[in-house]
Amino acid sequence: MDMLSTFWTTVPVTLQIVIQILAIVLPLSLAVAYLTLAERKVIGYIQARIGPNRVGPRGWLQPIADGIKLLMKEVIIPSGASRALFIIGPILSLVPALIAWAVIPFDDTLVLSDINAGLLYIMAVTSMGVYGVIIAGWASNSKYAFLGAMRCAAQIVSYEIAMGFALVGVLIAAGSLNLGDIVRAQSGSLAHWFWLPLLPLFLIYFIAGVAETNRAPFDVAEGESEIVAGFHVEYSGMTFAVFFLAEYANMILVSALAALMFLGGWLSPFQGIPLLQGLFAWVPGIIWLLLKISVLLFLFLWFRATFPRYRYDQIMRLGWKVFIPITIVWLLVVGVAVLYKLPWWFD
Amino acid sequence: MEHIIFYIFSAILVLSALMVITVRNPVHAALFLVLAFFTSAALWLLLEAEFLALILVLVYVGAVMVLFLFVVMMLDINLTVLREGFTSYLPVGALIATLILIEMALVVGPEHFGLDSVAAPVPHTAGYSNTQALGNVLYTVYVYPFEIAGVILLVAIIGAIALTLRRRPQTKYQDPSQQVLVRSKDRVRIIKMPSEKKRGGA
Amino acid sequence: MDFTLPNFAPAMPEIFVLSMACIILIVDLFLTEHTRVVTYLLSLITLIAAAVLTANLDTAEPVLTFSGTFINDSMAVVLKLFIYLITFVVLVYSHNYLRTRQLYQGEYFVLILFAVLGMMVLVSAHSLLTIYLGLELLSLSLYTLVALRRDSVSASEAAMKYFVLGALASGILLYGLSMLYGVTGSLDIGNISSHISTSIATPAEHSIVLVFALVFVLVGILFKLGAVPFHMWVPDVYHGAPTSVTLFIGTAPKIAAFAMLMRLLVDGLGDLHSQWQTMIIIVAVLSMAAGNIIAIAQTNLKRMLAYSTIAHVGFLLLGILSGTLNGYASSMFYVIVYALMSLGGFGMIILLSRAGFEADRLEDFKGLNQRSPWFAFMMLILMFSMAGVPPTVGFYAKLAVLQAVVEADLVWLAVLAVVFSVIGAYYYLRIIKLMYFDQPDDVAPLAAGFDMRLAMSANGLAILGLGLFPSGLLTLCARALNP
Repeated sequence: MDMLSTFWTTVPVTLQIVIQILAIVLPLSLAVAYLTLAERKVIGYIQARIGPNRVGPRGWLQPIADGIKLLMKEVIIPSGASRALFIIGPILSLVPALIAWAVIPFDDTLVLSDINAGLLYIMAVTSMGVYGVIIAGWASNSKYAFLGAMRCAAQIVSYEIAMGFALVGVLIAAGSLNLGDIVRAQSGSLAHWFWLPLLPLFLIYFIAGVAETNRAPFDVAEGESEIVAGFHVEYSGMTFAVFFLAEYANMILVSALAALMFLGGWLSPFQGIPLLQGLFAWVPGIIWLLLKISVLLFLFLWFRATFPRYRYDQIMRLGWKVFIPITIVWLLVVGVAVLYKLPWWFD
Repeated sequence: MEHIIFYIFSAILVLSALMVITVRNPVHAALFLVLAFFTSAALWLLLEAEFLALILVLVYVGAVMVLFLFVVMMLDINLTVLREGFTSYLPVGALIATLILIEMALVVGPEHFGLDSVAAPVPHTAGYSNTQALGNVLYTVYVYPFEIAGVILLVAIIGAIALTLRRRPQTKYQDPSQQVLVRSKDRVRIIKMPSEKKRGGA
Repeated sequence: MDFTLPNFAPAMPEIFVLSMACIILIVDLFLTEHTRVVTYLLSLITLIAAAVLTANLDTAEPVLTFSGTFINDSMAVVLKLFIYLITFVVLVYSHNYLRTRQLYQGEYFVLILFAVLGMMVLVSAHSLLTIYLGLELLSLSLYTLVALRRDSVSASEAAMKYFVLGALASGILLYGLSMLYGVTGSLDIGNISSHISTSIATPAEHSIVLVFALVFVLVGILFKLGAVPFHMWVPDVYHGAPTSVTLFIGTAPKIAAFAMLMRLLVDGLGDLHSQWQTMIIIVAVLSMAAGNIIAIAQTNLKRMLAYSTIAHVGFLLLGILSGTLNGYASSMFYVIVYALMSLGGFGMIILLSRAGFEADRLEDFKGLNQRSPWFAFMMLILMFSMAGVPPTVGFYAKLAVLQAVVEADLVWLAVLAVVFSVIGAYYYLRIIKLMYFDQPDDVAPLAAGFDMRLAMSANGLAILGLGLFPSGLLTLCARALNP
């Protein structure tokens, strides 16, 4: 162990950072791959089917097979398309989902870049994801793709406001923009986590997160029953795979952020409970975080299997007339609670 | 190192700004503008103003330019019509622009704003938070201008709504709360009636 | 962190107007077309209450608050009181006009109140930041007011021109302000002034940048005032906007623009007087010349009054450029008097108009004497006053300004101003000729209500009364600048 750490210090800083980045991105890619399998399995069981079970034992190699298939396929660029933007589109949608992980703390010390304005960085970076979809829709030179892109742009801009306000609530409650400090502000017990004092914001954040990732029931940007596949109707092969990756990477990101900001991040749920706290003290924080993320991801899949798609005007109404007023009112409540140091959470 | 980064980002910024006004396609121009915003955010990061940098990305790149692109993509702008007469105006425009440029360079050259007339900013310590520093002055020293800026935004909202919102009587609206509250008996009436005897005969 | 709450008392009128504007905005949501009179009355009450609050402020010494971004002095109080008064009359005049033209919306009143707030901020500004923000608040409200009649092509065109040119002027002003900040290192007007006076004493290498900044600042202000060569927007906007909005744009904002001129040029850049005097002389002469000569060719009364505004702005600048306290006071007197006259002039157009008939052409005034001798007489007083004929107050306003110019050893300028006034008198007197010596084309009786007639009569008589007894307002202006 000692040898390892001395060896680590001899590595040049740039290489260190590259290795750290790889240590985040590679497991993330694997997680994305298996999230697709999980989705098909979960939805399969919800619909009383078995789901994929042919490739490898119990279908475990299915994502690998899918990946190879997509890699082999030809990338078709439509004749009237804007070539450069057509290629840039998918890349622009994947990159923000990946670079946001730079500030995500996996436990008390394990974080790539511990910056002060972490929350702001996340908001800024995730707000750029929409460009991928808009550019792809426009560059495809196809009516369906364009319609999907327009729907997506309006939807994401609308829900970003509610999402931003929900994050402002977290910021007020924690008194910091640093994600590590936000988690530390929630320590105490299960009831100290922000999901309880910020319950409306938590719900709105998560629902807005579903809308931001264009997942069912907010997937009008794809809307396969009306506009075929929306913004990525013209994409095939590798470029399509990148969109797919981006969508799932974004889901994991939203779940991770919800876990960090409302569900105590790496903190043990048994904190503060006399017997259980000691019993589970050996579990590393990162496990708790991953468990919380998994539960939230399961919710994503559950939603998709349960709810019918929202109509476009209903989405807009929900975002502007329901979520934004609620978040503003709750910001006021949180502000007053913090100002008067409401016992238990803010004292 | 910092200098190299600065010059790289500055070069990208100037180039993309130039592209904004020269490319033929308005969508490409808007996208170059996004790039320009992004690189200026990077320049702000170099100045330790991370709050401003991130807000620039969040607000301009994430929201304003998205809506801008939305509009530019929806409108079919014919640039050839807009560019009509461009060449005939070019000599006069270029002449005036060069004159102004030379004059301005003569008057407000770098010698007035160099390090000898304006003190160099002191690098901040590691614990410095730009966000906190801004918040501290924004809500105390500059609270009055800050509030007026808020009022200006309110007027902008009122103006935008007053100028665009039209009640169209022929449009049919749905009231979701009523839709949710509806009960089956509001829609279907089940009438119990005794079965009738077959008429005798035949 | 050490921070004490600022002194809110001097800003009570601003806080009150802002709160009331927000309350009216919400109350209006629950009103129908028939009960909208509540919005109107609430707006009037707001103005009266704000006037009471302002009048009760202590102005023995100038008070700075909000870290020096806000100032309350006697000039601010006097100008604010006149802004309330004029806005009050504007609302009374426009009430009936709005009702007959589908413009009777709550937003109209709310936007006017926000514009008043913007003017108040501008009048009380003591920092480059608040000057700019007050100006933007005022301008943004005005742009929207002009566009409010959105089905009218000319109103939309006027709003578009106003907005684009106004934004350009704001940009130029902002560039000048940023230069000022760059040279002096401060946003506070007091600090800027003291920085300039010390740097002028020692031969300064920055003074060239200061003059550069001054040019941009001056262009910005002159645009807002509508002085030549930055006057292009004035006739189009006055003509295209609904008359009730023209009435507002042509009156109260001029007072605010005067305040901006005083705060920036006199309080802030007073030591550069020798620099800006020449610039303003050129602009003033051009304004008087262009305004008075082009006005002769107009057939539309709104356009004619727009060009007359340009000419009056030239006169207003004469007082400022003299660079003496007397000159500033005469300018202040002039701007207040001008606002009152302009109020009457545009008010008269509204008085003659009815649904579907705008009464903004010169022919519409033909034979007014036969239709209504009393209002023809009111118009006569207003036109005499604008032309500067004694015993109306317009004469004393011109006289005071000319005296200040002569005191500043610029006799040739005074002579030039008199010549242009004589040229200008032609088109004012033409209206009087139309009213008294021509046969009316239109013999319909005047449709205006009692409140309108009362306000119009008071307005006309005030012009006459102030002309007979001008000393009260003159001393008020002199004392406001030199307490």
